[in-house]
Amino acid sequence: MSTESAPAPQSSVAEDVQQRPRIAVSALTTNLREYGLILALIAIMVFFQFTTSGTLFKPVNLSNLVQQNSFIIVMALGMLLVIVSGHIDLSVGSVAGFIGALAAMMMVIWPLGPLSNPLVVSIICLIVGGAIGAAQGYWIAYHRIPSFIVTLAGMLIFRGICQALLGGGSSVGPLPDGFKALSSGFIPDVIGPLTLIPPTVNAAGKTIIGSGLTLHMTTIVLGLIAVLAYAYFGLSTRRKRERHGYEAEPFPLFVIKTLVGSALALFLVYQFASYRGLPVVLLVMGVLISLFVFVTKRMTIGRRIYAMGGNAKAAQLSGIKTERLTLMVFVNMGVLSALGGLIIAARLGQAVPAAGLGSELDVIAAVFIGGASAMGGVGQVIGAVVGGFIMGVMNNGMSIMGVNVDWQQVVKGLVLLGAVIFDVYNKNKA
Amino acid sequence: MVSTILEMRDITKTFPGVKALSNVNLSVEEGEIHAVVGENGAGKSTLMKVLSGVYPTGTYDGQIIFNAQECHFKGIHDSEHKGIVIIHQELALVPMLSIAENIFLGNEHARYGVIDWNANEARTSALLKKVGLKEDPKTLITNIGVGKQQLVEIAKALSKEVKLLILDEPTASLSEKDSQALLDLLLEFKRQGMTSILISHKLNEVNRVADKVTVIRDGRTIETLAKKDISEDRIITSMVGRSLDDRYPPREPDIGEVVFEVKNWSVYHPLHAERQVIKGIDINVRKGEVVGIAGLMGAGRTEFAMSLFGRSYGRHITGEVLLKGKPIDVSSVSRAVEHGIAYVTEDRKTFGLNLIDHIKHNITLANLGGVSRHGVIDDLGELSVANDYRGKTNIRASSVYQMTGNLSGGNQQKVVLSKWLFADPEVLILDEPTRGIDVGAKYEIYTIIARLAAEGKAIVVISSEMPELLGITDRIYVMNEGRIVGEMPAVDASQEKIMRAIVRGEGKAA
Repeated sequence: MSTESAPAPQSSVAEDVQQRPRIAVSALTTNLREYGLILALIAIMVFFQFTTSGTLFKPVNLSNLVQQNSFIIVMALGMLLVIVSGHIDLSVGSVAGFIGALAAMMMVIWPLGPLSNPLVVSIICLIVGGAIGAAQGYWIAYHRIPSFIVTLAGMLIFRGICQALLGGGSSVGPLPDGFKALSSGFIPDVIGPLTLIPPTVNAAGKTIIGSGLTLHMTTIVLGLIAVLAYAYFGLSTRRKRERHGYEAEPFPLFVIKTLVGSALALFLVYQFASYRGLPVVLLVMGVLISLFVFVTKRMTIGRRIYAMGGNAKAAQLSGIKTERLTLMVFVNMGVLSALGGLIIAARLGQAVPAAGLGSELDVIAAVFIGGASAMGGVGQVIGAVVGGFIMGVMNNGMSIMGVNVDWQQVVKGLVLLGAVIFDVYNKNKA
Repeated sequence: MVSTILEMRDITKTFPGVKALSNVNLSVEEGEIHAVVGENGAGKSTLMKVLSGVYPTGTYDGQIIFNAQECHFKGIHDSEHKGIVIIHQELALVPMLSIAENIFLGNEHARYGVIDWNANEARTSALLKKVGLKEDPKTLITNIGVGKQQLVEIAKALSKEVKLLILDEPTASLSEKDSQALLDLLLEFKRQGMTSILISHKLNEVNRVADKVTVIRDGRTIETLAKKDISEDRIITSMVGRSLDDRYPPREPDIGEVVFEVKNWSVYHPLHAERQVIKGIDINVRKGEVVGIAGLMGAGRTEFAMSLFGRSYGRHITGEVLLKGKPIDVSSVSRAVEHGIAYVTEDRKTFGLNLIDHIKHNITLANLGGVSRHGVIDDLGELSVANDYRGKTNIRASSVYQMTGNLSGGNQQKVVLSKWLFADPEVLILDEPTRGIDVGAKYEIYTIIARLAAEGKAIVVISSEMPELLGITDRIYVMNEGRIVGEMPAVDASQEKIMRAIVRGEGKAA
C-alpha cells in the first residue's frame, strides 16, 4: 500500500470528523487478532461446558484448571519475550524440573537448618534460575550461538541434573505445607465468609457437600476492586487522550469492551468465591501478567525488545545494546522457569524426575497460538496468556470428556497449526 | 575479418516511475574487449541484465541480435545456452562448497542424479589451469581470497562454453596485483579469440585493455570510442557532461568554527584481517557546514562512517575523533549518540527501520529517554513527538500508526531522518540520503538538510551522485580506496574535477 498519494494530514476538526469512521474500523481490525483469540477461548470453553455436561465451569474445576496450567502461563510470559526478541528457549521444562528437585532437596533432604524455610528456598531457587538463564543467554548474546542449540543443550543438561539430584528414579517429598500453599492454597479470607443460603444438613447432622451457598467475601471484594480499577484506568486514559486532542477508540466499542470484560471477570470471581476463594497461584499469575503487560506496553526496555526482534541491526544502530538486552531476556526466562518449577513441585507436593517434562512445547505453543511471530518482533502478553488458557482448557475439557491422551495431543497439534495458518493467511491478505 | 557478434538496438527499459534505459545502442565485434563505462546509476548494470535475460523478453523494448540471430531470452538459462555469460559484481559462489562443486553447481556431471566426482574434478583442474589458478578443486571457496574467487567465477563461466563474457566491475574488490592479473587474463582470452564486455569505472584499466569504449549516461548511449580515441579526459567529459539545474534549494551558508574532527582513522576488514579498508583518513566539519564525501561504490565511504559510529563496521580501528576540540569516545553506538553524533544509514530497510512496527515507535527509538521517565514511556508525549516530526519532515502517511514497511522509499527515509533529528545530534552523517527516492522527495530531503545546517549542525553527506554533492554541500572530500584523494570547496568543484581526483588517485592506492 503506497501512501505517496495521500494528502498531507492536518489535524483540522473537519478532517477528524471525517476520519472517525475510519478510525473505528481500524481500531477493530488492528485488535481483531486479540479479540478473535479471546472469542476463540470463550467459544472453546462454551463447547466444553456442553460436552462435559456442565463440569468445566464448576467452581472446583475452575480452581483445578488454574492450578494445573498456571506454570505454563508463568513460563509463557518469559517465552513471549524470548520469541519476540527472535530466539527460542527449549530448556524451560528441564530447568523447571531441576529447580523443583533443588527446592525439594533443600527443604526435605539437606540439613540446612533455618535455610530450609520455604520462602528462603524459593528465593534461592529463583536466583539459581536467573543464573541458569544468564549462563545460556551469555552464549546466545555475546557469542552468537543459536539459541536453539544452546537451549537444546540446556534441556538435556538440566533434565540430567534433575534426575541425578533426585537419585535416579525416585521422588522426594513430602514438601512442607507452607510451600504447597503456593499452588494449592487459597488466599486467606480476612473479611470472612458470607452465607447466602444455609447448607442442607442430612439426617446424621452432617452438611451435604455442594449444598448451600457461601461466598468468600475477600475474593469478591478483590474482584470488585480489580474490575473497578480496570474500568477507571480505561476511562482516564480515554479522557487524557481526548484532552490532548487525540482520537481514542470509539466510545461504544470501549463501553462494550469494558462491560464484557468486567462481566466475564465478575462471573469467574463469583465462581471462585463460592468455592474456596481465589487460588494463591492465580493471584501470583495476575500480578505477573499485569507487570509484563506494563513492561511490554509502557516501558523503554519492552520497546527495545520489540525493536531488537523486529530489526536487530537497526536497533543496534539506534544505540540499543542488543547483547545485554538478549542476556536480560534469558535471565528473565530463567527466573520464570524457576518459578514454574516451584509451582509444579508445590502442586504435586513432591519433586519427581519427570516434572515439567515436555512442558517447553506447551509453553512455546501457547506463545505462538497467542499470535507471536517466529521471526521475532511481534507478539502480545495477553495473546500468550490466552493461548496458554486455550491449551489448558482443551487439556482439561478433553480429560473430563475422557478423550484418550494420545488423541488430545493430536487435537492440540491441529489447534496450534490452525492458529498459525490463520495468522499467516491474515497477514498475506492485509 | 571482423564481424559483429552482438548488437543491441534501441533498448528501452522502464521501471515504475523511472526510465532506466532509453534507446541504448551497443555493438560489439567478435574478438574484442568492449568497455562500458558510466557513473553509478547510469544504466550499465540494467543494460547487462537485459542482455543476459535477467529482465526477460517483453519487459523491455528493442532488439538483441547475437551471432546474427534475434534473441528473446526468457531467463538467464537461455542466454547462457547461447554462450553469453555474465559475472556479477557481487560474486555468486556458495562459500561452504568446494571450487569444483561451485563450478558445476546446477550443471554437474551426473548420471541418474548421481554425481561423478572424478569427472567434475578433472574438468575443474583443466579449467583452473586455463585461468591460472593453482588451487585444489576440493578447496572450499571460503578459504580462498576474493581475487581467487573471481578467477573461480571466470572458470565457472568457461565451463559453460562461453562466447561472450561479461564482467561487471570485476576488479571492484580486488587488490592492485589481483586486478592486474585479471586484466592480463582478459587479454589472454582475447588472443584466444574470446569476446568480452568489461563494465568498469576504473578508467586506467579501461585504457589498458579495451578496444572500444561505450559511454552511458542517464540511461542513454553517449558515444562509442575506438581504440585511437580513448583517453581518460575524453571519457570523463563524456561521462559527466550534464548540467545542474534548480533541483536544489537555495541556501546561505553560515559557517562557524570546527565542530567535528577525525584524525588518522584506520580500519581493517572484519573478516579479512589483513585487508585495510580505511587508510588513515583526516576530515573536519564546521558548524553550519555541509561537507560532502564523493567517491565511487566500494571507495569505503560507508565503512568509514559506520566505523566512526560506534565501531559498527570493521576491526582494529585506530584514530581519533574530536568534538569541539576535545577527543570523544565513540566506541559504542550509545556513546556516539550521547556525544551528539548521528548516522543515517544508506540502507534504510536493513539498518534503519523496524519495518514491522509503526512510524511512532521508529521515530523515538534512538532517543527513548526523551519520551520516558524512569524507564516508563509517556504515551501521549511520544505521540506528540511523532506527530511533530511527521509534520516537520512531511511524512505522508494516514497516521503515525502506519507500519513503516508500507511506506514509500521517500517517506521511509523521512522516518529514519526524523528518528535521528529527535535524537538532537550536533553532527549528522547522512549516507546516500536520497538513494532510490523520487525527485520530489529528494528536494524535501535537501530542504531539511539546508534547514539543519542553518540551525548550526555540522553535516556530512555521503553520496554517489555528484550533482547532488555539488548542489547541496559547501566543501567536498573525494574518497577512493579507503583514502581521501582530494578536497575542494564546492564552488570550485565540478564533476570532472571529482572524477579526475578519483581516477588519478587510483594508482596511488596500490
